[in-house]
Order: sequence, then C-alpha cells, then structure tokens
Amino acid sequence: MKIWKLDRLQDLFAALAGERTLYIPADVAGQAKFTPWEPGMEMTKALNTNRSAKDLFFPQVEDLAAFKITGRQIQVEDNREDVEDFVIFGVRACDARSFSILDKVFLEEPADTYYKNRRDHATVMTLACSRPEATCFCTALGIDPQAPGGDVSCWVEGENLYLQANTQKGEALLEKLPAMEEGEKPQGDASVFDRLPLKDVDFSVFSEKALLHWFNSPVWEELSRSCLGCGSCTFVCPTCQCYDVKDFDTGTKVKRFRCWDSCMYSDFTMMAHGTNRPTQKERFRQRFMHKLVYYPNNHDGEIGCVGCGRCLRKCPISMNIVKVAKALKEGSV
Amino acid sequence: MQERVIEKAAQLLESGLCSRVLGWKKGEFFYDVTPGVFTTAQEVRNEMVFTPFCGANLSKYLIAESRKEGKVAAFLKPCDTYSFVQLQKEHRIRRENVYAVGVQCEGMCDLDSLTALNLTGITGAEGLGENLKVFTLYGEETLSRKDALSLRCNDCKSKKLLDCDEILGESGEEQDSHRFDQVEALEAMTAEERFAFWRRELSKCIRCNACRNVCPACSCEKCVFDNPNSGVENKAAADPFEENLFHIIRAFHVAGRCTDCGECTRVCPQHIPLHLLNRKLIKDMNQLYGTYQAGADFETKPPMLDFTQEDPEPSIITNGRDSG
Ligand code: SF4
Ligand code: SF4
Ligand code: SF4
Ligand code: SF4
Ligand code: SF4
Repeated sequence: MKIWKLDRLQDLFAALAGERTLYIPADVAGQAKFTPWEPGMEMTKALNTNRSAKDLFFPQVEDLAAFKITGRQIQVEDNREDVEDFVIFGVRACDARSFSILDKVFLEEPADTYYKNRRDHATVMTLACSRPEATCFCTALGIDPQAPGGDVSCWVEGENLYLQANTQKGEALLEKLPAMEEGEKPQGDASVFDRLPLKDVDFSVFSEKALLHWFNSPVWEELSRSCLGCGSCTFVCPTCQCYDVKDFDTGTKVKRFRCWDSCMYSDFTMMAHGTNRPTQKERFRQRFMHKLVYYPNNHDGEIGCVGCGRCLRKCPISMNIVKVAKALKEGSV
Repeated sequence: MQERVIEKAAQLLESGLCSRVLGWKKGEFFYDVTPGVFTTAQEVRNEMVFTPFCGANLSKYLIAESRKEGKVAAFLKPCDTYSFVQLQKEHRIRRENVYAVGVQCEGMCDLDSLTALNLTGITGAEGLGENLKVFTLYGEETLSRKDALSLRCNDCKSKKLLDCDEILGESGEEQDSHRFDQVEALEAMTAEERFAFWRRELSKCIRCNACRNVCPACSCEKCVFDNPNSGVENKAAADPFEENLFHIIRAFHVAGRCTDCGECTRVCPQHIPLHLLNRKLIKDMNQLYGTYQAGADFETKPPMLDFTQEDPEPSIITNGRDSG
C-alpha cells in the first residue's frame, strides 16, 4: 500500500491533474459535486456528492448525432464530444458499485458506445468511508464502505492517505505519480457501521416470491398517494439509467440528443405505447419494481440500488426505497 | 399539539363527519414525515404525527382529495391555509368536501436546516415544543427549535389561520418577516453580479420539476412542458440557458397567485433559492400596484387580473429613463 501525507493532498491533486483531467468532489454554489480540479480547490466536507458520480459516464444531456438535409440527401454527423483520459477521485463505495450496475445495462451487447467511451477513458479512485450518514445502507446491500473498490482504493487514516491499486489501470496511474512510501494501513474503527439504523433492511425477500406477487401488492396505492411525480429520486440516483432521445431543429440541421428520463413522469416510454402508466401509482410502482424486482430478475439477483441514501434525503415528501421495501415486505403500510 | 391533532383526527373519523383525514405520517427517522391519508381512527393513532418536521404544504393535495366522495379533513398550518384560500379562488378545490382544521404553528424544521448546523448522521430527534434533542451516530445535541427552523419558516409572513372550520390553538397575526431583505440585497447588486448569481444558482437545476409539482399555484392537469403534443415539451433543455429561463417564466406565470409558501425552495434537491424570484415579483407588485397578498382573502382581485387607468406601466418607467 502506498502512503501520501494528507497535508500535501493538494500536491497529489496537482500530480494527478498533470496527467489528465481530475475530478474531485468539491463544493460548488453550496453543493458537493464532482468538479474538474484547479489549483487550490479543496475537497468537500460532505460525505457524498449531491448528484451521483454516474454523471461523468452518463451525463444528463448528451449529443448523439446531427442530421443535415440537403435536397434528398441526409448527411449524418457524429457530433459526440471527444473524451480524453480522466480520473475521478473520491468516489464512495456505493457509487463505485453503481458503475457495475450501469455497466450491465450499457455495456451488454450491443454496447452503448457513448457510455463505453467514457468508462474506457476513466480511472476511478475510490475513498473509503469512516463517517457515514444515518441514511447510508450500503451494507444492507452487501457493499463494504471500507473496501470501496474501483481502479485505486484510498483510505484516510490519521495523517495519511493510503492508496492501493486494484487494476492495471490503477497501477499504471500510481506509477506515474511521484514515488511514495510503502506501508500498511492501521486498522480503523468500524464500529459506527454496526450502529447504522438501516443496516438490517431486508432486500433478500424480493427474490423469494414471484414478480407478480410484488407487482399486485395492495400497498402501492397508499405508498404512492402523495408522490409528486417529480423525478428527483431518479435524477439523483446513481443507478437510474433511463433516457429519452429527442430531436432539436437548430434551423440548419437536426440535432439528436439524449437526456435523462424518469419513470415518475407521465410521458415516460410514451413513444412505445400511448397508454402506458396512467396514474402516479403505476409510475411509482415502476421505479421500485425496477430496483427491487426487475433488475435482480435480469441480473442474477443483484438489487438495483446501492444504498447511497440520496433518495432518502432528497424526496420532498420523504418517500423512498427503504420505506417501500419495508412496506412491501410487511404487505401493508 | 401533536396529541390534540391526533385526537381531533380520530374523532372526526369516528364520528363519521369525515371519511378521510389528510395529515402527516411518521417515517423512519422523526424528520422524514410523509403527507398521507388516513381512513380509520386506528391508523391515525398508530401513524399520524404532528412534529416540528411537518413542513409539507397539504393544500395542493386537496385538489384531488376534494373531488373524491365523502368529506376529507385536512390539517393545515397557517401558510397552508393561504394556499387553501388561493386554490379556492381559482376554483380548484371543492370547499364543501373539505373540513379544514387549522393548526397553530411554531415554525417547522427540516433535515437541511439541521445539516446546516453541522449535524451529520442524524438518526432521530425528540421534542415537540421549544427545544429539539437531536440524536446522531456521533452523539446528541439539544438545540432550540428557533435555531433549526427551515429557511422558509425563518421568514414566516403570517401566523393567521384562514378559512378553517375549526382551529387547534390560536390563529395568529401577520408578522414582520424581513422576507424581502435578500431581495433588496440582490437589487443592490450590479446587473453583472446579479446575472452571475442567478446563472450560478439556476445552472444547478436538474429539471426534476419538484418545484413545479409541489407548487400550489402550478395546478394544471398537464403542464405544457410535460405534453409531447404542445411542441414545447422539455424533459431536459437542449441548451443550459433554457433551464434558467424556465424558472423565470414560471415565476412570472405564478405572479399574483404565489402565496410565498416556500415549498419550491424547500423541495429543490439542488438547494436553489427559487423563492427569491417569486419574492422579487411580489415586492415589485406591492410597490407598483399596492400591497397584495395572494390567498389572504376571497375578494381582493390579484394585481395581474385587475386593471385601472392609474396602473403604472413599469416597462415604460424603466425604459432608459429611470432604473427603478
Ligand atoms: S434508490 Fe435511492 S438509495 Fe438506492 S441507489 Fe438510488 S438514490 Fe441511492
Ligand atoms: S425505470 Fe425508473 S427506476 Fe428504473 S432506471 Fe428507469 S428511471 Fe430509474
Ligand atoms: S452508502 Fe456506504 S459507501 Fe455510500 S457514502 Fe454511505 S457509508 Fe459510504
Ligand atoms: S418518490 Fe419523492 S422524489 Fe420520487 S417522484 Fe415521488 S415525490 Fe418525487
Ligand atoms: S426543484 Fe430545483 S432542480 Fe428541480 S426543477 Fe426545480 S429548481 Fe430545478
């Protein structure tokens, strides 16, 4: 394991940024956000970013192609942004796991080349957690917040930052940095994770019963009643993956772009069928069925949530996946 | 107050006067209450709460709830009652199907206001009165409720309970709220500074539409921006400036109907101070057309729907001759 003195963290950032663009979680207009590092930029004190790290691979809006029509000729332009190698520092274990959930969707054949391009160019440096929020429940989903994974894992312990490469990409990156002392990381105090109030939420039940059992549960009606259909939960969620493809007439050509979509919206997947989910109950049900039942059904039982707790903190009416999971299990609200 | 609210709700259901109760449901952590509908007294006794975290404005739910069969009892805070009156003025609520219970309010707190006090890992809290005892993963702290008030309750404009069938506690008075102080600070900036301020704030917007969906003045069955047939449907903007404009347009669209309930800013996951846009318009309208408070009564015509020969034409006043 390599050791870097924390009081020289800015030097580490400078060294990384000398290699390629470096993103760190920093406060921008009062919000923690993955931001391109500039000299002097400090890491946020917040545990995690407001929006998730998926933004760097699957941005909210992205150009796909442009079409220029001259007479009967259609000229197709590939107008995607050039992506160069970049590093993300400070990704938490939950967000790091979300990449593998997204990969199973976007990298499966036929792979989404826009997403793949960014994934290929990225080196992910994770950061272990030691001061979780009460809304964190990564551990209930089998994620170890103290072994965060990624290409390089980092730990803060005492006055040091400990770094360990997990992949070839990670090793290659660390080799380019100034020489570092080697050493072992002291064992940190992990007892706080045993006190997390949501550590025992049971997500295993969802594989025990048939899909329709959950779909037809009587609890959806009441759970969804006060949902505003705002989609905040889907936009801050690191594992939400839906998008819509739109055309925009610029006057000289047609720009085709994609933007995030949300199953909480009335026109979600309307392009496929005109009467999809008529009320908020069906839309709401889609979100949670997808995370808890459909995704695991399609991906060897893996739950489509990483327990980051963002939806718990952000929902205007405080309805969220934990309340839903508990209510579904109990069968009543 | 919590006990009285729960008792009243249970009684209204048991007596058969109401078939449903609209109130707040307890959550996992004390601070995460959800607006909910209760149909039995037992449900009310098990799950209903009235804590310092019942910030959500329930009035907009009455649009849907008052159209259902039977009478719904709604528990409303002072600011909620302004929205309640305003929605009636716009003929959105069937008053005869609502039994409005006004609840005296000491101001509400929220998770953001606790976080702003540098509290992290909040697992719960205790206290229904002047003090809050907050439990966290890292210890506990007792604070005065006043210090933990949410942004909007810090600037509470009025404690009056309007148009209620019954009141728990007392209806209060309009308050000297200093709610325009920040607007004045913005007005004092140079145009460039102000532009930079709003660009920085509004560029955080993720267009989740929480602000619009929670807003009692935004009560269209289908917003044009959600309607694929409208031609302006807009899930995400093709250009980041669109987001900025969306909010300015929305502020103008609710001008004269916005009661300044503060819900937009409360719900914004990106902490954008949207209320400042609305307050700027309220302040301008007050200056130009005389003080007006949306939702304060049933009679006064909103300035944007009223016309007199004497009405100033602000665009002419400011056009090059006067910066006011
Ligand atoms: S569903 Fe909620 S807790 Fe789970 S990953 Fe998404 S935002 Fe995080
Ligand atoms: S269906 Fe809903 S929950 Fe699932 S990824 Fe899409 S937006 Fe998220
Ligand atoms: S959910 Fe787990 S990994 Fe994510 S921030 Fe919280 S403790 Fe860390
Ligand atoms: S669950 Fe909450 S955040 Fe999600 S759409 Fe409904 S109100 Fe919005
Ligand atoms: S709630 Fe905030 S982020 Fe969402 S649309 Fe409104 S301003 Fe934008």
